[in-house]
Amino acid sequence: MASETRPLSPHLQVYRWQLTSVLSILHRAAGLALAAGTILLIWWLVAAAIGPGAYAGIRDFLGSWIGLLLLFGWSLTLYYHLCNGIRHLFWDTAHGLELPQVYAGGWTVLAATAALTAMSWIIGLIHWSA
Amino acid sequence: MPETRMRTPLGRAIGLGSAKEGVQHWWMQRVTAVALVPLVVWFVIWVIILTGSGADRAAFIAWLRDPVSAAVWVLLLIAAFYHGALGLQVVIEDYVGNEGARLGLIVVMRLMALLGCILGIVAVAKLSLGA
Repeated sequence: MASETRPLSPHLQVYRWQLTSVLSILHRAAGLALAAGTILLIWWLVAAAIGPGAYAGIRDFLGSWIGLLLLFGWSLTLYYHLCNGIRHLFWDTAHGLELPQVYAGGWTVLAATAALTAMSWIIGLIHWSA
Repeated sequence: MPETRMRTPLGRAIGLGSAKEGVQHWWMQRVTAVALVPLVVWFVIWVIILTGSGADRAAFIAWLRDPVSAAVWVLLLIAAFYHGALGLQVVIEDYVGNEGARLGLIVVMRLMALLGCILGIVAVAKLSLGA
């Protein structure tokens, strides 16, 4: 095929990693992970609707250290996609598109993600011990 | 005045025109995103609380018995699955080159999203109205 001999555009590996591209890739990866996570969410809901036995199974899984790790990863992923999504909505208004602002927004998103995740777990853990 | 047309002669001859959808996909992705912003924080905190050692199925049901909570749950499920289906469609369109496979995957993905959403709503309805 002639197309196989054509020169290709530079591939990703020739570029230095930078905040802008990393956050963009992470946004899509987070979206995919969250879509997969909805399976667990629906399993949780349906198990609760089926009865106490089914619910005990999923609750024991979510309460195990693997479940808690998944849950922590899920909350972090969801908050990242949320914060970066708000950044996208802001861009849609044609604001904040200068490079320094894009970088400032990126670091803000990372800080907000960490803050929201920490806040949610602190509130959750207070309720656990109460 | 000469007639000004944006379409090419080939485009006119094939006659497929636009799909008359315009910015619908892009716009609904934004609408569902805005709807999800307030719902997500509320939701994450509740999920963490309910997976705690002290919370059992009764606590979950008590939460969903509140009609406002149940309504917000249904809203969240619709917005989340709609938003997710739009996002997954873009990913499939970006990476699946073969047209048949691309169409097939999009149809399967949409049906799965619809199934997940309906399963969730039925479960919320059952728990809310008496399980």
